[in-house]
Amino acid sequence: MDKIIEYQSEIWLSIGQTFIMVGISLLAAILVGLPLGTYLYLSRRGNLYENRLLFLLLDTYVNIVRSFPFLLLVVFLIPFTRFVMGTAIGTMAATVPLAIISIAYYARLVQQSLLDVPKEIIEAAISMGASKTQIIFKFLYREARSGLIFGLTTATISFISYSTVMGIVGGGGVGDFAIRYGYQRFETELMLFTIIMMIIFVQIIQVSGTMLSKKLDKRS
Amino acid sequence: MIELTQVEKTFKNVKAVRPLSLIIQKGQIHGIVGTSGAGKSTLIRMMNLLERPDKGSVRVGDKILTSLSELELRKARQNIGMIFQQFQLVLNRTVAGNVEMPLELIGMPKKERVKRVEECLQFVGILDKKDAYPAQLSGGQKQRVAIARALANKPSVLLCDEPTSSLDPKTTTEVLQVLQHIKDTLGVTIVIVTHEMGVVQSICEHVSIMKDGQLIDSFAIIPQGLNENENQYIEDLKRIAVVKK
Repeated sequence: MDKIIEYQSEIWLSIGQTFIMVGISLLAAILVGLPLGTYLYLSRRGNLYENRLLFLLLDTYVNIVRSFPFLLLVVFLIPFTRFVMGTAIGTMAATVPLAIISIAYYARLVQQSLLDVPKEIIEAAISMGASKTQIIFKFLYREARSGLIFGLTTATISFISYSTVMGIVGGGGVGDFAIRYGYQRFETELMLFTIIMMIIFVQIIQVSGTMLSKKLDKRS
Repeated sequence: MIELTQVEKTFKNVKAVRPLSLIIQKGQIHGIVGTSGAGKSTLIRMMNLLERPDKGSVRVGDKILTSLSELELRKARQNIGMIFQQFQLVLNRTVAGNVEMPLELIGMPKKERVKRVEECLQFVGILDKKDAYPAQLSGGQKQRVAIARALANKPSVLLCDEPTSSLDPKTTTEVLQVLQHIKDTLGVTIVIVTHEMGVVQSICEHVSIMKDGQLIDSFAIIPQGLNENENQYIEDLKRIAVVKK
């Protein structure tokens, strides 16, 4: 317990850094990943915005980003990060590769959820004279909402996991704290404390995400 | 009311509808029958351009759908209700929410929407279920909700694509009664695609028969009404009960 109190301020700092990194990843996932995933779904053959070329490009982009071992993606993106943020070091710089993987990751989950919506519902919408925007927001998202929430839950947990390696570019965060103080300084107590904290955290996210998505699912 | 002129449609190499013309009179219940694969579903889906014909023109009321812009077509579709075999309700919305949908799309104010939704649900006899979700309803009830939804915008045409094909005989009769009631009280022109001769016999005033994408016959008939049919169903049930003993 003494150690934990001793390192209190470092712990708080690392929790803050994790929050920033995961928060920005989530924001990127929702603001860019959701539209991207929706477009991936809609641009497929026979769908509302059929566009084979653009579909192929975006699909390949998502695959490429997702096939990188994440650590290598971070390193690979350093020049880009420096260009965008002015520096490649620190928590804010760490959010760049995190945002990029988050977008690709959530876009795929969004596409998946939308594919689960029966295609006939789009026909019903068209027969009612719905516009494309109305079809997306009032029909597709409505029917896919529990899948979208569940996907976001899964994604959040992955983002936390991704954020733990950001120590490599000085991003800090809980994972980095556990490695530097707990592992490298042989403070097993600190390491265990951090791990338990992470487990509780992930549990809370998963349980509330599952609950919300169940509550919103009226399909059966 | 509806006029198809030399419409045709080919999917890949299959000619779903060969060039054909058909006129459906206003205020009529018009049945289109044929075996599966005869092209009858494609034909009815042309009437609101869910399926755009490769050639030919489609007129509904005073609008030639095939020559409208996308926006005009959307407006025209709001005047053409449609129901489907699998109901196609929005499952994450309540019964009332589903009926409200077409009204939301045209931007009707909330107060008016609520009133109109109640009217429609009352009309199809399912107002007591307005806060339920579709998953909690029986097939017949779901189709009633779909009908209420299709009627919400006060359309002049109601297209029914195999409306009773996933229902049992008793609920089929109930749904057909609703359709008959719509025609009698609202004067809506109704087109029904079906492979069930019973449906045609009981409510259709005109029937068109399709085979291999062609219209092989089209003629007026005198519907026999629904009550007889219902009695027949009860008789059948009794007979089955006897056999089972």
